[in-house]
Amino acid sequence: MEAIEVKDMSKSFNGIKAVDCVSFSVHRGEIFGFLGPNGAGKTTTVRMLTGVIKPDAGEARVMGCDIVKDTQKAKEVLGVVPETANAYPDLTAWQNMMLIASLYGIPRREGEIRTASLLREFGIYERRLSKVKGFSKGMKQRLIFCMALVSNPEVLFLDEPTSGLDVQSARMIRQMIKELKEERKTVFLTSHNMQEVGELCTRVGIINKGKMVTIDSPENLRTKIGGSLAIEVRFDKAVDKSMLDFNPERVGDSYRIYTTEPHEVICSIVELAMLNGLKIKNLNVHSPSLEDVFVKLTGGSNEQ
Amino acid sequence: MSSKIWVIARKDIRMYYFKGPVVIFGILTPLFLFLAFYIGRNLPAAFLIPGLMAMTLFFTSTSVSPVIMPSETQMKTLERLISCPITVRTLIAGDILASFIFGACISAVPVAVGAALGVSVKSPVILIIAVLFSAFCFSSLGLLFSAPPTSLVSNIMMLSTFVKFPVIFISGIFIPMEQMPGWGVAVASLSPLTYFTDLARFSIQGYAYYPIYVDFIALFVYSALFLLLALKLHERALPKRF
Ligand SMILES: Nc1ncnc2c1ncn2[C@@H]1O[C@H](COP(=O)(O)OP(=O)(O)O)[C@@H](O)[C@H]1O
Ligand SMILES: [Mg+2]
Repeated sequence: MEAIEVKDMSKSFNGIKAVDCVSFSVHRGEIFGFLGPNGAGKTTTVRMLTGVIKPDAGEARVMGCDIVKDTQKAKEVLGVVPETANAYPDLTAWQNMMLIASLYGIPRREGEIRTASLLREFGIYERRLSKVKGFSKGMKQRLIFCMALVSNPEVLFLDEPTSGLDVQSARMIRQMIKELKEERKTVFLTSHNMQEVGELCTRVGIINKGKMVTIDSPENLRTKIGGSLAIEVRFDKAVDKSMLDFNPERVGDSYRIYTTEPHEVICSIVELAMLNGLKIKNLNVHSPSLEDVFVKLTGGSNEQ
Repeated sequence: MSSKIWVIARKDIRMYYFKGPVVIFGILTPLFLFLAFYIGRNLPAAFLIPGLMAMTLFFTSTSVSPVIMPSETQMKTLERLISCPITVRTLIAGDILASFIFGACISAVPVAVGAALGVSVKSPVILIIAVLFSAFCFSSLGLLFSAPPTSLVSNIMMLSTFVKFPVIFISGIFIPMEQMPGWGVAVASLSPLTYFTDLARFSIQGYAYYPIYVDFIALFVYSALFLLLALKLHERALPKRF
């Protein structure tokens, strides 16, 4: 049995397809990265898979439980860190944890033991009796993480769990994800951070405008764009994009060109500079990163 | 299922009982309204106390439940909550329970005031059952107010005030039903508050306009109507809250 199975799942809002006939599966014990630009449909996918909203069409199973017909059962085996979720600000960290534990039907004593050990692990045990409204953003997110883990879920959905966090909290969460992998838990990780995804995930799915573009391992994805190289060049002056051949990608004040013929490209860049009196401030040749793959496949920038 | 309802209600009690709108609309408004309408009028306490009870119960029971959903939408706590293995029904039932407890407990205050003024309750059992029935009915009505998927508590409070005041004015709180013209009785019978007031008068004065079973049936029908409608509307509104 796969941990997550999705078949032709769709969801529209006001006639606009947020998720369009998406199919994929996630193996047990895998950390699956789910990438896509803003508005691609990642959060909508997570919400459907966690039983928060219903798909318009298609089916999905989490640990074999149908998320529409068997929503409550599916919810019992999964944990989630939603993209925009807060703990109750007027309750203490401890009360928030116990609230979630009792909603999962965990006996009180057991809930207390798990709460104490999770809060210790995430470094907020000392603040367990303080109201959450006084917590920093990083502490709040760590608490949300503890709340997701208190039911000891088999499958964990993380929707951009480290976005906008301080370095320490982000590292703590990444470390935790690695530990989950060792415990053979399944993790569905949505992220904007390519490095994070490349470092943690065994496979990556890329979604764009509601459609699944590709699913593969990070290594395979890197070679997927034609075994090509990425050449990045920056001039001292702004250059009209049409002056460069090879369909360059604008990245900040540089241009990025994917090619299998680095020699030709570099020669013509140098030629262009000479002819137009431009100075090359920087010229980089590197094998494509996951980010390059992402940009290439989604045809857009990855701005957050 | 039932234990999860209680978990939700306990969360609501901790989070919302002391929120500004709840205190203002649940405790202060009925007090001021009562003072405004009764001071200086020479009415017997046995007539006043049922009216005070009705007003207190109505305002307190409808003060907690409308605040919860827009607050949770605004605080972004709802998605985390509904990802837990609970249904919208459990959530709604928990919210109603929290509101019910608040309404039923605070309505003891006017009874105490009545006792202090020398009013005795002739049928305490009927009164208690009437309070419980009505607290549930009004709490469900309160939840109905919060069905529009907004994150602004003030919008919901405006909507609920807009409905609550007419419901009070058309009811038999201020004028005894016996003194109303035929159309007045017809209009008053649209207000669920009329039936509680009638039951409270029966319990305290010993006589009422309607037979008490009519009052109970009316409260039951209104409760069922409010509850089913609230469930349906909230189930529909939930996906729009994220
Ligand atoms: N509740 C909603 N109502 C209307 N449109 C929505 C809603 N949720 C998401 N969308 C739209 O669906 C698309 C996908 O959004 P989302 O799943 O949040 O993307 P992502 O998480 O990848 O940034 C966007 O165009 C967004 O505007
Ligand atoms: Mg998102």
